[in-house]
Amino acid sequence: MIRLERRVDQPKWLSLAVPVGSLVAALLAGSLLILFSGNDVLDTYRRIVTRAFTDEGALSASILAATPLLFTGLAAAAAFRMGVFNIGGEGQFVMGAIAASGVGLATGGSLGAGAIPLMILAGVAAGAAWAALVGALKAFFNTNEIIISLMLNYIASNIAYYLIFNSESYWRLLTPSGRQFPQGRSIDPSAEWSFTHIGPIDFPLGFWVGVIVAAVTWVLYRKTRYGFEVKVIGDAPAAAKYAGMRTRRKIIAVMSLSGALAGLGGASDVGDIRHLLDPKGLRQAGYGYTGIVIAALARLNPLGVVVVAVLMGGLNNAGRSLQGPDFPAGLVGTLQGLILFFALGGEITARYRIRLQRRTTASTPAAEAGA
Amino acid sequence: MNNNLFIVIAASAIYYGTPLFFAALGEVITERSGVLNLGVEGMMLLGAVAASGTASNLSGPGWWVLTVSILAAMLAAGLGALVHAFATITLRVNQTVSGLALTILAGGAGLSSYLANLWQLEKAPVQFQKIDVFGLKDTPILGPILFHQNALTYLSWILCGVASWYLFRTRAGLHLRSVGESPQTADAVGINVVRYRYVHTIAGGALAGIGGAFVSLAINTTWADGMTSGQGWIAIALVIFGFWRPDLTLAGAYLFGAFTSLSFTLQERGVKLAPQFLDSLPYLMTIVVLVLVSTGWAKRRLGAPASLGIPYEREER
Repeated sequence: MIRLERRVDQPKWLSLAVPVGSLVAALLAGSLLILFSGNDVLDTYRRIVTRAFTDEGALSASILAATPLLFTGLAAAAAFRMGVFNIGGEGQFVMGAIAASGVGLATGGSLGAGAIPLMILAGVAAGAAWAALVGALKAFFNTNEIIISLMLNYIASNIAYYLIFNSESYWRLLTPSGRQFPQGRSIDPSAEWSFTHIGPIDFPLGFWVGVIVAAVTWVLYRKTRYGFEVKVIGDAPAAAKYAGMRTRRKIIAVMSLSGALAGLGGASDVGDIRHLLDPKGLRQAGYGYTGIVIAALARLNPLGVVVVAVLMGGLNNAGRSLQGPDFPAGLVGTLQGLILFFALGGEITARYRIRLQRRTTASTPAAEAGA
Repeated sequence: MNNNLFIVIAASAIYYGTPLFFAALGEVITERSGVLNLGVEGMMLLGAVAASGTASNLSGPGWWVLTVSILAAMLAAGLGALVHAFATITLRVNQTVSGLALTILAGGAGLSSYLANLWQLEKAPVQFQKIDVFGLKDTPILGPILFHQNALTYLSWILCGVASWYLFRTRAGLHLRSVGESPQTADAVGINVVRYRYVHTIAGGALAGIGGAFVSLAINTTWADGMTSGQGWIAIALVIFGFWRPDLTLAGAYLFGAFTSLSFTLQERGVKLAPQFLDSLPYLMTIVVLVLVSTGWAKRRLGAPASLGIPYEREER
């Protein structure tokens, strides 16, 4: 029988112990799964680590893979902090990618690198608008933001598919081969986002943008009235209402911020990685959903998101390059799901003390309560 | 005359609505106990992969293979629900987050994809076929709609009746509803809140599993990762749409089934519209319906279980 006792105060060391502990527990649970598939557990994990971080060029590839995740992680954290569950990072990301690739195509040839800030702006605006829609519906009609934002993910993906596969749109490559095998048109090479080389590691421009954004949002949450109100509305909605905070406005603002961050990720995906609109690739990547895992594991702290995003980017990068008969697709996704579950369970140990009790004492009502 | 557009859409609305109904009925039962499980999409995929995997590896007569496949789907999805039950009821993890986590863990890029790749699933060798009931399938109008569906659709009609009877006409159903409305009161009169919540969360998961099996053994018999494509989420919206009642949920499921079938039916008939537009219809409809039923007036009349989503902690009344 398990009994939970509320902790009076949370010790500091828990904020590191919880993520690390849940990571370890998830890897242990994952090893059962690998055993079940008939593979060597230690060998599988060793291959993930080498392919993600220690092989030549692995860290560069992992950081590149982490860049879109950094933004979707920040996006999820921004909304979850106020208890607004924006699951629409995926769709906001796609809308950002559509807008940024459109602007990149239009201005890349003439402006060169000058197109980059415009692409960023376009991605931010499109993502924010797509999310503000959800926020407005929640604020004025009290609709469930989870389901609405999720439905909009499918619609956004359908829009991107339409632009490339079923129309002769501005985004599509309309050469004879492009008509036969639909694909996006690439932006001008001069508008591709650049890399900085530090030692043997290549950092994409989007990664620096993400780090700066993480720092800015950290200050926003810690040092401003906005951050304070978000915290109060998230933790104690009733108190916020009596204190005269405008919850409605805040919901729209928080959703817009969250969508803007995800849309910025879409711009970075176009600028840093694909250089074109690739609906299929975006659907397979599922950046938005991984962002939720990252935000939860980072305990909604933007600076933590940076670290966790690099870890998850490494996991994704390794999963992609190792895929094969002895490394089934889906293993990485399953590991991420396990990490998320254990992180949630770990949060409980931060809030409660867990006591195990024998059933023989269960005759008293107090002992039965935790059953 | 049975090739009339209206009749074709009505018949296929029931067909495409059936998996939605199984999943939504499961969620109705779960939510009636006060537990919100957003893992429906993940549980459906677990059911789909378990059913397809069983059908691909089991030999025997068709009806036997299909029955075992359905049971496997219920077991797999029920286990998924058990994880959610343990996390939310025993550990008191936030129900929203735990359900999401379940969908991510089991979903299109997670466990269901892992198992499908491990078993190298392709086309399911045994599938649910439409039955010609009493030889009435060519009856004008009603024939294709009512007498030419597959066994699971008929099972869903039985379950709809049983669930309504259980919820509103039995003692256990009354206890269940009281647990969802006011667990404190239920506890005070001696109802085991924790047991009711566990049992109905798992039962709801098992039903979602049947919905998933319908997708992988009837609608799309060739495996594709994430093949339920958001139906689990539509099912959650359907629960609200159906006022937490099995009969209204059935009607709602067929309405959404009609939107899904519209996309296929119109394309078959050569209507020149981008498929992405028609594919988006069910998602758009979900948004419209949610806005309509979420207004204050509707909320008051709807009867959502009062304690939905709130963990029960006996000591912290």
